[in-house]
Amino acid sequence: MSNVPADLRYTKDHEWIRVAADGTATIGITDHAQAALGDVTFVDLPKAGKAFAAGDVFGAVESVKAASDLYSPVACEILEANGSLNDTPDLVNREPYGGAWMIKVKVRNPGELAGLLDAAGYAATL
Amino acid sequence: MSETLARTPLHALHVELGARIVPFAGWEMPVQYTGIIEEHQAVRKAAGLFDVSHMGEARVRGRDAAAFLDRIMTNDMASLRPGMARYTVMCQPDGGCVDDLIVYRFSETEFLICLNASNAAKDIAWMRSLIGPFKVEVLDECAAWAQLAIQGPLAERILGLATALPLGTIKRFGFAVGEVAGASGCVVSRTGYTGSAGFEIYLPAASAVQVARTLLELGKPHGLVPAGLGARDSLRLEANYPLYGHEISERISPIQAGLGWTVKFAKGEFVGREALRRQAEAGPAASVILFSLDDRRIARQGAQVYAGETPVGEVLSGTHSPTLNKPIGTALVAAGFTGSAELTVDIRGHRLPLRVAVEPFVK
Repeated sequence: MSNVPADLRYTKDHEWIRVAADGTATIGITDHAQAALGDVTFVDLPKAGKAFAAGDVFGAVESVKAASDLYSPVACEILEANGSLNDTPDLVNREPYGGAWMIKVKVRNPGELAGLLDAAGYAATL
Repeated sequence: MSETLARTPLHALHVELGARIVPFAGWEMPVQYTGIIEEHQAVRKAAGLFDVSHMGEARVRGRDAAAFLDRIMTNDMASLRPGMARYTVMCQPDGGCVDDLIVYRFSETEFLICLNASNAAKDIAWMRSLIGPFKVEVLDECAAWAQLAIQGPLAERILGLATALPLGTIKRFGFAVGEVAGASGCVVSRTGYTGSAGFEIYLPAASAVQVARTLLELGKPHGLVPAGLGARDSLRLEANYPLYGHEISERISPIQAGLGWTVKFAKGEFVGREALRRQAEAGPAASVILFSLDDRRIARQGAQVYAGETPVGEVLSGTHSPTLNKPIGTALVAAGFTGSAELTVDIRGHRLPLRVAVEPFVK
């Protein structure tokens, strides 16, 4: 069974988002997503400063088997992309909720967060 | 499509071993157990055991069996000696490939042919449609056989623990018939689809579980792991072995695929000969190239290949090469551009230079 931490919000496309008190958030993909992808070999991430609407493709994750688009859970502006995934893309398989966070963002409209799935809601889609 | 998928005799064992099962060519097959890269590297460094029971088998026998096979295959069958196997293509009259196959010769009048799973029914119907005056019968033995491939530098040592067959005397593309792990009637050939040393074993379907379990147990101390279709694909692509539906197909001939060495014009008439001869003499309109990328993005099937701004081809297969630690692939590229230093491939809007390889990445 895949791990679905209780303190995160989720999309049905298998991204998670962790919101900090200062209105910033980190975004990554779920344990279920990394398991379905298999060995991750590359993560294509945007540069700081780029802006995305909710549902926009912000990058792609590439495994031996397939390339999969990454969707922004909410409207946001990129503050930082996780550079360590360049050298160790397999972190996505090992620490999907930790070291393999993908982007740090500024959330444009915190109201959108309420529309995301909670852990129980996401687990029910698996 | 709600077609029912077939299961190999080893299905329950795959599930027990924690495999991820995917649909492939009408079968439920293990794509990986622990991970594609780990299984790939086990095959290159020690050994891997693959269930390839989805592959089909046809027995061709009769007084005219060799002459019949020479008429329908591109490679030379008359010169094949009993106890030896040969890789060949079977073509349409227009030179497109019906399938690529390995033909095993048991005697003057008896052959066993290994068919791709996706083509098995088509191949058997095709062969039967061409029998005409030949004194030969084509028997469908797909359900009778299971197939295992044990591949890697330690494959021979491990298989030797399970059989008294003199493996050391079996030459490349040679085979012997005997007992493996207590199962009699096994056909053991020094063949494979990985670019590493090893054997393929055709065994009675009812013996498959016993033989697979025995090999996994005996091989475990030597590093033998179960390996899935994912590793099989990255291994075969490093070795530049074609996969039907990718590098060869009904629209890509053996001449275009770089398999001209399997086409023996001198042997006389065979299906596809005139079309293939025209391609060989004039040069094919497009050819398959092998490439690597100096990037992490993988160019996958269907990605467009460019020379400057001109589209000149498309990717046929693409994966991550664990041996090179970079993406590799094959592409069908228009004549005149196959040696170009200017080729690029489009991956999600990125144009990446494509490095044409002159030989396989592993040999």
